[in-house]
Amino acid sequence: MSELLEVRDLCISVVANDGARTLLVDTVSFSIDAGERVALVGESGSGKSLTARALLGLDRQMELDGSIRFKGTELVGMPERELRKIRGSGIGMVFQDPLSALNPLMTIGDQVTAPLRAAGVSRHAAWERARRTLEELGVGDAESRMHAYPHQFSGGMRQRVVIAIALISEPELLVADEPTTALDVRVQAQVLRLLAEIADARGLAVLFITHDVGVVGELARRVEVMYAGTTVERGSVEAFFRSPAHPYTRGLLSAVPRLDDDSRLLSMAGAPPAPASRPSGCVFSPRCPYATERCRDDRPALHLTAARAEVACHYSPVEAEVPA
Amino acid sequence: MITVSHLHKRFRGHGRTPVIALDDVSLTVGRGDAVGLVGESGSGKSTLLRCLMRLERPDEGSIEYAGQDVARLHGRGLVAYRRGVQMVFQDPMGSLNPMMSVGSIVAEGLRIHNRRRGSRARTARVGELLELVGLNPDHADRHPAAFSGGQRQRIAIARALAVEPDVLVCDEPVSALDVSVQAQILNLLQDMRSTLGLSLLFIAHDLAVVRYLCEDIYVLKQGRVVEHASREDLFRAPAHEYTRQLLAALPSHAGLRPVNQYALPPQQKLES
Repeated sequence: MSELLEVRDLCISVVANDGARTLLVDTVSFSIDAGERVALVGESGSGKSLTARALLGLDRQMELDGSIRFKGTELVGMPERELRKIRGSGIGMVFQDPLSALNPLMTIGDQVTAPLRAAGVSRHAAWERARRTLEELGVGDAESRMHAYPHQFSGGMRQRVVIAIALISEPELLVADEPTTALDVRVQAQVLRLLAEIADARGLAVLFITHDVGVVGELARRVEVMYAGTTVERGSVEAFFRSPAHPYTRGLLSAVPRLDDDSRLLSMAGAPPAPASRPSGCVFSPRCPYATERCRDDRPALHLTAARAEVACHYSPVEAEVPA
Repeated sequence: MITVSHLHKRFRGHGRTPVIALDDVSLTVGRGDAVGLVGESGSGKSTLLRCLMRLERPDEGSIEYAGQDVARLHGRGLVAYRRGVQMVFQDPMGSLNPMMSVGSIVAEGLRIHNRRRGSRARTARVGELLELVGLNPDHADRHPAAFSGGQRQRIAIARALAVEPDVLVCDEPVSALDVSVQAQILNLLQDMRSTLGLSLLFIAHDLAVVRYLCEDIYVLKQGRVVEHASREDLFRAPAHEYTRQLLAALPSHAGLRPVNQYALPPQQKLES
């Protein structure tokens, strides 16, 4: 498979009025092949959403460094006018809250057809494609519901509409930022399964941003774990669940209540560091039960593990004995 | 401790057919029990809570606390109820006054309910409470903004525990928190329950979280209790179709546990 998206050494920082610069995302690299589904997992403040939004050139007030190549074209530093052509037709995006992503004063039909109309497609043809896309997404009686307004739709239906808007221009990559977090549990499962089916059918690549480790496997095949603005682990979904190598990943997985286990949850002490006070060594070292002097001084780079995953830890259990 | 019997509540819209928010809901929270209430949006969870807190008056049915009808409480009886049943809300930022120091937030209930006379005694108690929930007592003069989400939820719990309640009502207390912090708060609630002998009424949409804390579970759907069962029965043999749907919607956790060779280090090192 060919590389669709390649992010190399991406740094995102914000510059305050007094010139002080805070690094929010620190040298993140990853790539997505055509048709591949990757989850970016992390807690709030990990930089996962910023990274995703940077792919579409949102957040213009942020300073980007490094490179984001989409089908070989560099997106960092691309003028807004050209970026607009990539958004929608190349990369589509679905946001967390469908109600704030939709215009309450426009009909569903007008909103779903808007990307096509902007690209010069005739009203009639755009309407027909919107109807087909909505039906593909399980919106029943799409023809008449396109005349309805967002408030007449349930949360799950609204999110399908938002997905339809993102997909109608047939992008090759869909960035889905917590697409089901605002939905009820049953609806969440339906929407994720639907996204997986559509991605399979269309050969669509998906970058799935989530804080919920439980749903990762519903959509993604590969996982990138972010913590405090850096990637700490990457690998297949199987490796993520069965043999997580980074102490943070293991802590994260142990902190989730399970239906088949009654033992006490193991909770990681403390909280992620604020961007301005991230340690110079391993970003997880202040919370890490294994941390040594070396971890505090020297930030580990990602390296391969036996499970063919990559981990940024000096003492990844696959590589070396964990110090007592 | 709390007995809810045949509670009904309807809301009338503008000339439309009334919305039935609660339809014959009954539930019991015994002393020291941990009772879970599961439901999606629109299930009536919030209306039930609002009735419990006397923010809403039920159309029919009653809520009894320590043998007395809550709707008819007044004066001292009402004060005793307000002390005895404390709440922890979903969003700790929205439920903590940003202008008050953490110390005065936690001390407020002590003052109102006269649990400790004199500011020195109150300050000492605030220190104890902060320590109990895992915060540094020296931070009592800081404001909520200086704390992380999980720490704020600890403050909210300390405030609720300050007046030595019998029942702690928690409305989605961890759903706004990050996963690694969720576990800290769930463990804290479990510890508080066992060390203080509290009763817990725990409202959440996440079945796995409810299962972790509660032995007795009610499933609410569109204002009705569709299933009431013990933890064991509910998860082993869910009786109602809706409960089965909720369980089926949970992500499959197969293989979610790290295999043994990657077992975590001794618990004490990880516990906060």
